[in-house]
Amino acid sequence: MTALLEVRDIEKAFGGVQAVRGVSFDVNEGEILGVIGPNGSGKSTLFNCILGQLVPTRGSVAVDGRDITGLRPSALNRLGVSRTFQLLQVFPRLTTRENLILAGQEHRGTRIGRLFGARDAGLGAEADRMLEFFRLTALAHETAGSLSYGQQKLLDAAMAFMAGSRLVLLDEPAGGVNPTMLAGLRDRLAAINREARATFVVIEHNMEFVMALCTRLIVLAEGRIIAEGAPADVRRDPAVIEAYLGH
Amino acid sequence: MTARNSLIFALVALALLALLPVDLSGLGLPYPGLRRYGTYILTLWLVTAIAAMGVNLIVGYAGQETLAQAAFVGIGAYFTAIAGKHGVPFGLSFVASGLVTFVIGIALGFPALRVQKHYLAFVTLAFSVLCWLVFRNESAVTGGVMGIRDIERPVVFGLKLRNAVHFYWFVLAIASVMTFVLWWIVRSPWGRAFTALRENPLRAESLGIDVRLYTLLAFALGSAYGGMAGSLYAPLVEFIDPSPFALGPSLLFMLMVVVGGSGTFCGPFVGAAVAVLLPEWLRAWETWYLLIYAVLVMLMMALSPGGLVGLVNQLLARRSARP
Repeated sequence: MTALLEVRDIEKAFGGVQAVRGVSFDVNEGEILGVIGPNGSGKSTLFNCILGQLVPTRGSVAVDGRDITGLRPSALNRLGVSRTFQLLQVFPRLTTRENLILAGQEHRGTRIGRLFGARDAGLGAEADRMLEFFRLTALAHETAGSLSYGQQKLLDAAMAFMAGSRLVLLDEPAGGVNPTMLAGLRDRLAAINREARATFVVIEHNMEFVMALCTRLIVLAEGRIIAEGAPADVRRDPAVIEAYLGH
Repeated sequence: MTARNSLIFALVALALLALLPVDLSGLGLPYPGLRRYGTYILTLWLVTAIAAMGVNLIVGYAGQETLAQAAFVGIGAYFTAIAGKHGVPFGLSFVASGLVTFVIGIALGFPALRVQKHYLAFVTLAFSVLCWLVFRNESAVTGGVMGIRDIERPVVFGLKLRNAVHFYWFVLAIASVMTFVLWWIVRSPWGRAFTALRENPLRAESLGIDVRLYTLLAFALGSAYGGMAGSLYAPLVEFIDPSPFALGPSLLFMLMVVVGGSGTFCGPFVGAAVAVLLPEWLRAWETWYLLIYAVLVMLMMALSPGGLVGLVNQLLARRSARP
């Protein structure tokens, strides 16, 4: 397997607070890596450093061997790296379908070409396929703001794939989603990983979700990696039980 | 509204607007048309609506703030007046006004990359005051408080547009083209990107939308609409001085967008009508008219924060939801 994402010795300090301390790991193509840890362990800061929302104090991030440290999120997205956010981030006044088209449009043609081209930027069929894949077809013309929380989470995830992303970082995708919808989301993510060989890094607190979805886990505590391995092994690791599970 | 229905609506509105100042009694219709002053006010409404369309793009669609639109109108107006005095044809100075204000708009957009909301409003306010001071103090170029008089009307295909109706039709034609251009932009993927910028810039950036570029584009295009409106304003009034380009009129442009319906396509036209036509209709109440006007605006804002277009949309939605 080739490493699609290489994170090397990332450190991030906010004044005197060291949020991330020398974190290194690789993510291989087609893998679903889970990042878990108690609140304040540095998961979101690590995500933001990888995704260009924060500039790390030290260390580097590479995709396909290319250094992307500090690259802006829009430039990263054009390299095939997408993300979802902990809190819902859909565009409430646009329809479900328009949200998907928006998510992919900057990857189609030139900017001037998009001004004079089709209103859907030639993404209509792809958006319809994505709606079907995420079982949102019936809601295609509803405004995103009128969807239920779980449906918006599905849309949020679907948007991350509209750009044909190879690497998607999901920040707490299960947060606040009811169990039925959660099973659907997990099923769709697993299917897109299987069918399109999409690679994921998932931050999640829902252990059941993480254990069922991820092929490998890393555990953070106080900004450091304290354990790494297959979900079943991590679950038994005494350091994890001590730091994260607590009992 | 579908694209086809929008087009039909626009053509009907255009035909009605073209006929509005014309005396139709010769055709057996009981309509005497508008007098010279009425035609002037109607032309002023169109010019104001063009500038308000620019504000709507910046504020309503892209979610930024601007209190500088009157300054851009002033730049366009002074540019056209001064160029006209040096024999530059109107067509050239109209296009140049658009280009100059487009470039200045980009420069003014840079602070928007660092500051937002009322901080950004204050940056644009400072620019507005700066421009007004230049218009007032640089008398060698701008004529200072005495302004520039006897601004020539354009000549189109050899016809000098001295006649108020002819000039109105000329402005109507330009306003129609500019309306179509903006309609095209906001319906294109660019318009969707502007909306994304307004609703959630963080998410927009993560989807590959270059938030910096689209912010600058919104400012540049919106300002260019102001500049081109100014270019039409100068030959309309035939005399310009700094007062219509001060901070107060910039606030009025913001008011037009909000009262009309921020982020709605027809909002600027409705807002400009409220700002330009309503005071004229209320003049019958003499000194009371400003008071009545202010109370009406306050009532409108309290009862319909989505503006008048928002109110109409709300009523239509309620009506269509009825069984």
